[in-house]
Amino acid sequence: MTDGCGAPAGGVSAPAAAGSQAVVEGKVVHQGAAVSTGYARLLGTGEEFVAEVPLGDDGGFRFFAAPGSWTLRVLAPGGLRAERSVQADYGQVTTVEVTI
Amino acid sequence: MSRSDVLVDADWAEAHIGDPHVVIVEVDEDTSAYDKGHIPGAVKIDWKKDLQDPVRRDFVDKTGFEALLSERGISDDDTVLLYGGNNNWFAAYAYWYFRLYGHDKVLLLDGGRKKWELDSRELSTEVPQRPRTSYTATEQDRSLRALRDEVLDAIGKRNLVDVRSPDEFTGRLLAPAHLPQEQAQRAGHIPTARNVPWSKAANEDGTFRSDDELRQLYQGDAGLDFSKDTIAYCRIGERSAHTWFVLHELLGLPNVKNYDGSWTEYGSLVGVPIELGEAR
Repeated sequence: MTDGCGAPAGGVSAPAAAGSQAVVEGKVVHQGAAVSTGYARLLGTGEEFVAEVPLGDDGGFRFFAAPGSWTLRVLAPGGLRAERSVQADYGQVTTVEVTI
Repeated sequence: MSRSDVLVDADWAEAHIGDPHVVIVEVDEDTSAYDKGHIPGAVKIDWKKDLQDPVRRDFVDKTGFEALLSERGISDDDTVLLYGGNNNWFAAYAYWYFRLYGHDKVLLLDGGRKKWELDSRELSTEVPQRPRTSYTATEQDRSLRALRDEVLDAIGKRNLVDVRSPDEFTGRLLAPAHLPQEQAQRAGHIPTARNVPWSKAANEDGTFRSDDELRQLYQGDAGLDFSKDTIAYCRIGERSAHTWFVLHELLGLPNVKNYDGSWTEYGSLVGVPIELGEAR
């Protein structure tokens, strides 16, 4: 856990225990391999930016969101991008696998 | 002061790799990003370990800043080019910090680490060895920094810009959505603050929006009175440093301060006014 606003120290490879949090996490894959350079963005209604994290070495990302519907957007070098709709709820870990 | 005096693009940075008068500095909270690969020749500054006092909540003092820059091989005459992750949050914070201690030859790389990576530009794991210098800082320029009493006094008088996400502003969250929810005792925002999330000032690749778009955002959309003094805040003062950079450095507003105590301080103060919900 970190008390700053940056990426959690050590990346996001440790599994999340949802507890009272609404966790959205997953991995990004391109041509069968983890995408370790890239960014995952969480967007709200009307594409309102909420949060962004760099992908981990294993292509992983994690957000602690508010409950509700979100858009997950992934950006990677070479103009690669993808979007997924996700639903987050307190006490649940929502897992999203993204292939770009 | 204009945009070209304070902000450079990746081509400029690439052309100045190895320039003896330019020191490229990556600033992050989690410096494993630097260790994984950085702009060739760049040295690193750890936002927390290097820039924060290890005991009390405050900056390193003038002597500490001088020791840090001397150890990193940065001279008073060097041009310092800052960049970092998180859309340059911590690099913007360091920029503000360099200005606070009187280093005027400082630049920010537009788009920071993200744009550099998305452009597939070269990254190096080689750590440069720069000879030690004897850096001399000035006393803190307090015209750039707001403390809590000044913030309380500014309610209803100056522009207060809360640059956190709408969910943090309205009190639904206490921290950005990529972090566990923790910190301040109370949620909400400082009364009379306008909510202009830092992200609205940036494009998707982390570069800053144009001056015209930025003016429209703060003056037109948010209704800030540019003739008034302004204080920006967020949760711990780094996202608001990003907005301070926009208002003070890019748009050239004369009296803009960053409240680095921000919500983790204000939201834990006893007896201060707090508003919940949308801006009134």
